[in-house]
Amino acid sequence: MTLAAPTPLVRARNLRKSFGPVEVLRGVDLEVDAGQVCCIIGPSGSGKSTLLRCINHLEKLDAGQIYVNGELIGYRRVANKLVERSEREVARQRAGIGMVFQQFNLFPHMTVLANVMEAPRRVRRDPPDEVRERALHLLDRVGLPDKANAYPAQLSGGQQQRVAIARALAMRPLLMLFDEPTSALDPELVGEVLETMRALADDGMTMIVVTHEIGFAKEVGDQLAFVDQGVIVERGVPDEVLANPSSDRTRAFLSKVL
Amino acid sequence: MSTATLPVADDEEQLAIVRRRSPLRLLGMAVMLVLAAMLVNTLITNERFEWAVVAQYLTVDAVVAGALLTLELTAIAMVLGVLLGIVLAVMRMSRSRLLASTSWGFVWFFRGTPLLIQLIFWFNLSALYPALSLGIPFGPAFVTGSSNAFITPFVAAVLGLSLNEAAYMAEIVRGGLLGVDRGQTEAAQALGMRRLHLLLRIVLPQAMRIIVPPVANQTLSMLKNTSLVSVLGAADLLHSAQIIYSRTYQTVPLLIVAALWYLAMTSVLSVGQYYVERYYRRGDRSVMQL
Repeated sequence: MTLAAPTPLVRARNLRKSFGPVEVLRGVDLEVDAGQVCCIIGPSGSGKSTLLRCINHLEKLDAGQIYVNGELIGYRRVANKLVERSEREVARQRAGIGMVFQQFNLFPHMTVLANVMEAPRRVRRDPPDEVRERALHLLDRVGLPDKANAYPAQLSGGQQQRVAIARALAMRPLLMLFDEPTSALDPELVGEVLETMRALADDGMTMIVVTHEIGFAKEVGDQLAFVDQGVIVERGVPDEVLANPSSDRTRAFLSKVL
Repeated sequence: MSTATLPVADDEEQLAIVRRRSPLRLLGMAVMLVLAAMLVNTLITNERFEWAVVAQYLTVDAVVAGALLTLELTAIAMVLGVLLGIVLAVMRMSRSRLLASTSWGFVWFFRGTPLLIQLIFWFNLSALYPALSLGIPFGPAFVTGSSNAFITPFVAAVLGLSLNEAAYMAEIVRGGLLGVDRGQTEAAQALGMRRLHLLLRIVLPQAMRIIVPPVANQTLSMLKNTSLVSVLGAADLLHSAQIIYSRTYQTVPLLIVAALWYLAMTSVLSVGQYYVERYYRRGDRSVMQL
């Protein structure tokens, strides 16, 4: 993905996805410009996490297309068919898209520094000294300069999530996906993670954030999408969507969470 | 509840704590002491143990060579068994029905028949296939040889022990792999790791915590199960002892010699198990000082 970033950076068209008899995504369209922060809100089970996981092909699509930086994700167009890409190509595409999970998913058998260095070293095959320097710099940036040699279990949830963010950033991604990054945290630890994400947004990172933090969406988000029952019900500037929701479903949801 | 009425000791008063006594525990201890005394007594006074003979044969060349063969068979069979077991476990978890059921069939067969039968079977392979050849299936053969020449007692022992071990190991490894959180795989995939990298660097090291204790048990079992190869005439530890006592009729002392060797080797392995387990628990909250 070395092309100059076209606009929009992420373009999803008519995404459909079923788990067994349940249709989780029922025709979703999404566009996110480079440097934008798009927050996705919606009730649990609405399909917002699935949408996010389709963007780096952790979930396979039943229909539709996702383009990141102009490249079709997970599939290759052959005549009028979409053929799933090889594991090598999917891995290459994923390497350019960072992801942060609700449960952090740090590698518990590795130190913090090893967590951050693993993929740049062995996936990107960058030189070790440079990777080490970058990793230490990133740990400094997420506010954990003294935790390089700690193991994940020695850290609080908020610290673990900040390491997870550093780990994703170490791959120099052009897009970051956040899947409810603060939902598993104790209330007093939510702020430090949101602060890290805010700093990342200020630096111009393109971010898609599935969240329940309406305050974060309002302050940091450039775009807010409300997802319900597998469709994007409403999409727009956060202030407007929050102040004047055009759909009853959005209004009903907001009245419960605000 | 009001504490005001409770009698409270003066601050300076130090009251001694008396722990509860259990008469049953005292009785149990007494019985054990008596039994232990009886055991020591009989070991010393019963001359038929022939401790002098035990000492005489403990380090003779044949016995030491037998112990070395036992260790060699254990090491080879465990290494091959673990490697094949990992392959079988990964096959079993494959999306391909064919691969998964092949693995299942292997485990079903090799776990479901006695090891002794498997060993004798491999030793007698030449009765089924007088000649073995290496070549293209249904096509030309590059090398052909006599089964009798190829299947020595040692080869039959390695084949039987490692294939049998692989069947058990497949289940142990599969349990370990399933015990690693799905999120680990997803996080690794999201970073662009490919299957082999993910298995070797992320999932297997974590599965090892679950896998190592049963593998250590299997290794101890294997060390002792190698004694079955004495039926093939391989000169392992037990067979070496048998050869000697069939000549000298000093059955009990020589069995004690073999038992002492087995005990020594399993003890060393148990110590090794402790360190291996400690290595794979690194990063565990329970073993770290904060």
